[in-house]
Amino acid sequence: MSQDLIRAVEKSQLKTDLPEISVGDTVDVHLRIVEGSKERVQVFNGVVIQLKGYGISRMVTVRRIVANEGVERILPLHSPKVAKIEVKRHGHVRRAKLYYLRDRVGKSRRLRDRQRGLGTVVPDDATPAAAAPVAAETAKA
Amino acid sequence: MPATLIGRKIGMTRLYDAAGKNVPVTIIELGPCHVSQVKTTETDGYNAVQLSFDEIKARNSTRQLIGHDGKAGLTPRRSHREVRATPEEVAAVKLGQEVKLDIFDAIKFVDVIGQSKGKGFAGVMKRYHFGGLCASHGTERKHRSGGSIASHATNRGYSGRPKKGKKMHGHMGDERVTMRSLAIVARDKERNLLMVKGAVPGANQGLVIIREAVRLYKGKAELAKAS
Repeated sequence: MSQDLIRAVEKSQLKTDLPEISVGDTVDVHLRIVEGSKERVQVFNGVVIQLKGYGISRMVTVRRIVANEGVERILPLHSPKVAKIEVKRHGHVRRAKLYYLRDRVGKSRRLRDRQRGLGTVVPDDATPAAAAPVAAETAKA
Repeated sequence: MPATLIGRKIGMTRLYDAAGKNVPVTIIELGPCHVSQVKTTETDGYNAVQLSFDEIKARNSTRQLIGHDGKAGLTPRRSHREVRATPEEVAAVKLGQEVKLDIFDAIKFVDVIGQSKGKGFAGVMKRYHFGGLCASHGTERKHRSGGSIASHATNRGYSGRPKKGKKMHGHMGDERVTMRSLAIVARDKERNLLMVKGAVPGANQGLVIIREAVRLYKGKAELAKAS
């Protein structure tokens, strides 16, 4: 009962246009950044190594390499500061958390593209005919 | 009607404000309350309004309470709390009258009163955030001790006995706690929900009393005035 009430309160702020994101995906996160009175959008591109939380507290950890240094950002998916998320590629992974990527160097950091199931590679210009619901979601976003 | 309501703590979540900032909120189900008794100087020697909250089955109430609620024309209620009021306020209140979230419409900050979670018999480190003693340097079996509680020195408790009010181990929690001046983040009149910034004493489903903030800190007073 009370959980229902909490859900109901959160609902007003939940985003409905989020693509289906899974661990191992390579994503572009469009972040709203406010500098003084100006607002601009910055794109943070990287691999999703962790998904956690439910509802409005859903968090995604995105890892990328900047100047040979690993950078991870933990982002609340439903925050207004996350303007948009685009899924670029689906990686083939066998784990829910990809912490092992932190220890990888060079080519071994890369993830093989997912070949099976719903989410085969989604090219940017995917037509709706490319069928998979994931593809449709991405195109919408 | 004094700006007070009783309600139930539902739980915590987060909301984003206009600037996209993350705000921790506690959801409180507030009322609807009903006036179950009106006390006046003539009848009781002082002025107060008794609010009742949460309908229950008659078999879960007592005969005395069923009769008490019945006098106000109400079905049995779980909780009854009295609020002091001015004679004018009392005169304006009707027995059995419904009181809803509307009375907080013009209010931005509230005090939330609840019964804190019981922690049992707690030591001084947990209860009063004492530092404890050394982990090493020869300390034995005294790592979480509060240290000396008295001596012959006056300021540490005169005549060889601990000073009154000395902080020591003992029962912690399960007491009435007032959180002062919490900002109201959102209201949901349809579901009778009030969203308040920050934490609120007690467990989920616990009874809380909410009133208009009695005194605002300087910064909050300015905020309240500005908007």
